[in-house]
Amino acid sequence: MTAVEQVQNVLLKVEKVTIRFGGLTAVSNLDLQIGGNELVGLIGPNGAGKTTVFNLITGVYQPAEGEILFDGRSVVGSKPYRITARGIARTFQNIRLFSSLTVFDNVRTVFHLHLRGDIRHALWRGRAFHDEEESIAGRVMELLEIFHLEKLRDAPAKSLSYGDQRRLEIVRALAAQPKLLLLDEPAAGMNANEKTDLMRLIQFIKDRFKISVLLVEHDMQVVMGICERIVVLDYGVKIAEGKPDEVRRDPKVIQAYLGD
Amino acid sequence: MRFRHAKLVLLAALGLSLLVSLAADRIDPYVLFVLYNIGIYIILAVSLNLINGYTGQFSLGHAGFMAVGGYTAAVITNQFGALNPFASGVLFFGALLAGGLLAAVVGLLVGLPTLRLKGDYLAIVTLGFGEIIRVIFQNMDLVGGARGLSVMHGYTNFFWTYGMVAVTVYVVLTLVHSTYGRGFIAVRDDEIAAEAMGINTTKYKVTAFVVGAFFAGIAGGLYAHSTQFLTPGGFNFMQSIAIVVMVILGGMGNTPGVILAAILLTLLPEGLRWVAGVEHLPGIAKMHPLGWIGDTRMIIYSLLLIVLMLTRPQGLFTWRRKIAEAAP
Repeated sequence: MTAVEQVQNVLLKVEKVTIRFGGLTAVSNLDLQIGGNELVGLIGPNGAGKTTVFNLITGVYQPAEGEILFDGRSVVGSKPYRITARGIARTFQNIRLFSSLTVFDNVRTVFHLHLRGDIRHALWRGRAFHDEEESIAGRVMELLEIFHLEKLRDAPAKSLSYGDQRRLEIVRALAAQPKLLLLDEPAAGMNANEKTDLMRLIQFIKDRFKISVLLVEHDMQVVMGICERIVVLDYGVKIAEGKPDEVRRDPKVIQAYLGD
Repeated sequence: MRFRHAKLVLLAALGLSLLVSLAADRIDPYVLFVLYNIGIYIILAVSLNLINGYTGQFSLGHAGFMAVGGYTAAVITNQFGALNPFASGVLFFGALLAGGLLAAVVGLLVGLPTLRLKGDYLAIVTLGFGEIIRVIFQNMDLVGGARGLSVMHGYTNFFWTYGMVAVTVYVVLTLVHSTYGRGFIAVRDDEIAAEAMGINTTKYKVTAFVVGAFFAGIAGGLYAHSTQFLTPGGFNFMQSIAIVVMVILGGMGNTPGVILAAILLTLLPEGLRWVAGVEHLPGIAKMHPLGWIGDTRMIIYSLLLIVLMLTRPQGLFTWRRKIAEAAP
């Protein structure tokens, strides 16, 4: 496990985390570290507990044992919205946009995290309110332009194509200005071309926004292509960790994916 | 839409209602009474729309909050005899405000435990709370119990009614049309995603509930000083349902539509009464060609509702959403 020791300026540290649902141990004694501006892949066969790890990090589930530290402070027991405010944003395996809101409003909504004014500003409609709304609108458009969604700004999110919806969900997560972005199976339902585009997009986000990315993925091709380090889960247990090439050759990984 | 001139529009609306109010003695008292009712129902429907429409929390307890506001305001003004117009205006405003605030407090107490429930479960629990409030008033001798409470002063006038309509619409629209307020709709569209995007969903839901209850309380105060007689039965769950119907018919989260629906559904029974003409005189009613409508007025009203719901389930006045859905 030399790779673990190499992690520089640790951003997220998952220590010996276990969670059980009834008699089933979904994640068992998991250790996971993510460094600053690092792209880590979390892979494993169906039901290995990948999404459960996401839900543990984002506060949807609470671990039965273990500790999760983000930026040196624990996130265990925090509500999901507080964890997002601290700098962890996510996307969902099955797209979860605000379907009746426009593309613009989907992203704008997240900016309430950075609002200086509150409900009273909205009611009073003074100069401070209008100035702030204007600056938010500018930042939203900036983000939309980076991801080529500006032409769709007034379209309701539900009217977008599948690929655009996936992209919008990532943009929306970035609006939270996270230090760590969690992507839950972003390649699900995509064809080979779309997958290539997606890989490029993830790489671009990591470089441009200087953030860390944890990528949960079923698809080996995507993960092997872009991740710097890969963690392999099987039945809730970490069975391998290392550089893509190391993991690819690991007999335990081959066995987990291909069976005996 | 950022409503840059929202405050000016609000002031203009307040000024206009004051002007009409000054000329109110030229308006037929019956027409005036119907106009008050329309205003009261607009306040109720628009405030419920914040809870049910924008935030997506199906509440069936709006009549309960209306009762709290109505009884509170009535008890306060009943303490005072005849006052000069200015003093009575101040008193009435204070009474309305007190009724709204107490309703908001009750809304907070009801909302905190119940808003963790969703959909049908929330509807049933809020229905239960609405009924509890009604039964409490029914057994409270201080306010006349089941016999009802006479409200001594008919303070409700055009200015108070439509001034409050303007304030309600202003608050709901400015709230929703802001970066802060988009959170209400986000909670409705996907609560899990909203929470993951940093929205304190509980706080948003409780805020919607408290603001909605506040204006229901104000509407209750106006209602009390318009009919000048309160009975607990007037605040039963049928009343809550009537308000919910306005919200659904107008289109969930469509404020102009909900206002139109409130006007239409308040006028409809009155209009049918007009057609029937002589419903309170049974002998004459039989001779009148349209007299039969008098007895079947509420049946016609219900049938119309069914037809409207079948033909326009997205809301009578929702056009834009339909176009949005038609897009690929």
